[in-house]
Amino acid sequence: MQTSNGVPEPVVTTAIQKYADVPGGLLPLLHDIQAILGYVPKDCVPAIASGMGLSRAEVHGVISFYHDFHDQPRGQKTIHVCRAEACQAMGSRKLEAHVKSRLGIDYGGTTGDGRFSLEPVYCLGNCACSPSVRIGDDVYARVDAQRFDKILEAL
Amino acid sequence: MVKIYIPADTTACALGADSVAEEIATQARNRGMDFEIVRNGSRGAFWLEPLVEVDTDEGRIAYGPVEAGDVAKLFDEGFPGTSGHELFLGNVADIEWLARQDRLTFARAGLIDPLSLDDYQREGGYEGLEKALRMTPEEIVEAVADSGLRGRGGAAFPTGIKWRTVLNAPADQKYVTANADEGDSGTFADRLLMEADPFQLIEGMTICAMAVGASQGYIYLRSEYPKALHVLNHAIAKAEAANLLGSDIRCSGRGFHLEVRVGAGAYICGEETSMLDSLEGKRGMVRFKPPLPAIEGLFGKPTVVNNVLTLAAVSTVLAIGASHYQQYGSGRSRGTLSVQLAGNILRGGLVEIPFGASLRELVEEYGGGTASGRPVRAIQVGGPLGAYLPESQWDTALDYEAFTEVGAMLGHGGIVVFDDDVDMLEQARFAMEFCAVESCGKCTPCRIGSVRGVELIDKIGKNEESLLNIELLEGLCETMDQGSLCAMGGLTPMPVRSALKYFPRDFQRAAESEHQG
Repeated sequence: MQTSNGVPEPVVTTAIQKYADVPGGLLPLLHDIQAILGYVPKDCVPAIASGMGLSRAEVHGVISFYHDFHDQPRGQKTIHVCRAEACQAMGSRKLEAHVKSRLGIDYGGTTGDGRFSLEPVYCLGNCACSPSVRIGDDVYARVDAQRFDKILEAL
Repeated sequence: MVKIYIPADTTACALGADSVAEEIATQARNRGMDFEIVRNGSRGAFWLEPLVEVDTDEGRIAYGPVEAGDVAKLFDEGFPGTSGHELFLGNVADIEWLARQDRLTFARAGLIDPLSLDDYQREGGYEGLEKALRMTPEEIVEAVADSGLRGRGGAAFPTGIKWRTVLNAPADQKYVTANADEGDSGTFADRLLMEADPFQLIEGMTICAMAVGASQGYIYLRSEYPKALHVLNHAIAKAEAANLLGSDIRCSGRGFHLEVRVGAGAYICGEETSMLDSLEGKRGMVRFKPPLPAIEGLFGKPTVVNNVLTLAAVSTVLAIGASHYQQYGSGRSRGTLSVQLAGNILRGGLVEIPFGASLRELVEEYGGGTASGRPVRAIQVGGPLGAYLPESQWDTALDYEAFTEVGAMLGHGGIVVFDDDVDMLEQARFAMEFCAVESCGKCTPCRIGSVRGVELIDKIGKNEESLLNIELLEGLCETMDQGSLCAMGGLTPMPVRSALKYFPRDFQRAAESEHQG
């Protein structure tokens, strides 16, 4: 069975079964759904709300509060560029500009081919070897424009 | 068999440790060598990562920083034995940068296999819990209070007092939570510890549970730390299997269950009450205090909220004794401080030393100055809400009170170095911008003030009525400082004011260039 926009319903049902009785289970539930679908479709909100005993407003409120959660489809991989101070001290402002122009998108955007979404991040805990970039679950250190291009080509 | 250690730490891997490990395995196999690779944590000398170590009869010898492309030549020149190769560093114990430190919390980091309980226990792990299980809750709290341990997250609140409040709060359910939402730029100590020595955090939380009477614990981990998540989950499973977590710990009749919960990219969730809301599955909104979390915390129950390093330090305090621990330090700041050298720094990494050293000593002697080779101009201490300090302030002693006296804060111990290329107006603007992005929105000074702050600084940058707007900015800082609900809005003025005070020329730049033009 599928919801109106084609989301496989078992994803939501399974997540609700797993977390309905877990105290504070909404965040782990949303993480689970997003790990499978890449985003939390708006169509799922009513089902999540009733399954978790919350209002739709509460569920929407949580999704919209956290930077990690998205209600629109995303690129296959998310590129996070660190914007925080330790990276700034090593030239991340230049790197940010390069990444945006190389990918042809701004923060929040997804490349036309659907491969990459671009997001800012405020610290990856790699501050002794800045600037830092995270792609998927991999962190890269001492990234300048040239190294970024190489990393991108190797993906 | 030759035992080779290659860190699986985030920074080591970000510098290529995985490819180095693969290449070493390939080369060793091709040469018919009998070997074992252990993926340890990092010792925190990130300027030497990937740091490859080999077990020998004379102790662990090291090579670093090793790149995958170096490996074949290393083998040709004697690796894994001692060699004359330029990356050969000699015995790890003799690397001065590490040897000079007083490692208590980070003693095992990089030394052991992070997921080996045997390694952990062989190096003194779980001695603290064994002692705690023979003590009364009051005695444990007393020991923590006597050690002088204060919260390492930034607020520096005495840990013993917090625990005593939870112990004395009557309730059917209490919680222990570790704040692992290490969001401050320039900090990585929590991450390093969780990846290198996760059982120490688990042990500290278990001791805390025994002290205050909690049966459930949560580690609130930021989603930016996927490797730490992996390590913690495995470590918890191993502790459960060894009866060091669960319903009857070491047959003591007392139980403690522990779970990792992952955040979702909100800086504000590092604020303790916002973290509690997030743990409850809600938006991470800051709560009014009182009630204190120690009285009404998670799900309305008495809750200990401590930073990762605080809880980890408790294992040490119990193991070596409160009086031994409190011999380290200066003034009212007892024990060791885990300084994180970051930003534009030649030898960045984790330096654990007693409180009291000067900022200059850290940056110059350990850090070796900037990575760019240019002069240091500003040092931001204590994360994005900490002050930017000019050279006149670098002799300030690293202890909580000394920093408060100069209008700065130690925070979580992050030190971010900037060279003379830095534009302090840009840095002040970023502080406000960051606050605007990350504010939970509950109180007006933080939610609106930060946006107005960005606008004012933009006007100053364009020399639109600069003097008037600087005055307005100072007034705005006063409002945010005095009127905000939590440290996010309350401390955002700190970097802004310090930039204005110590680097005024950067705010007159537009005026000057116009004048010259």
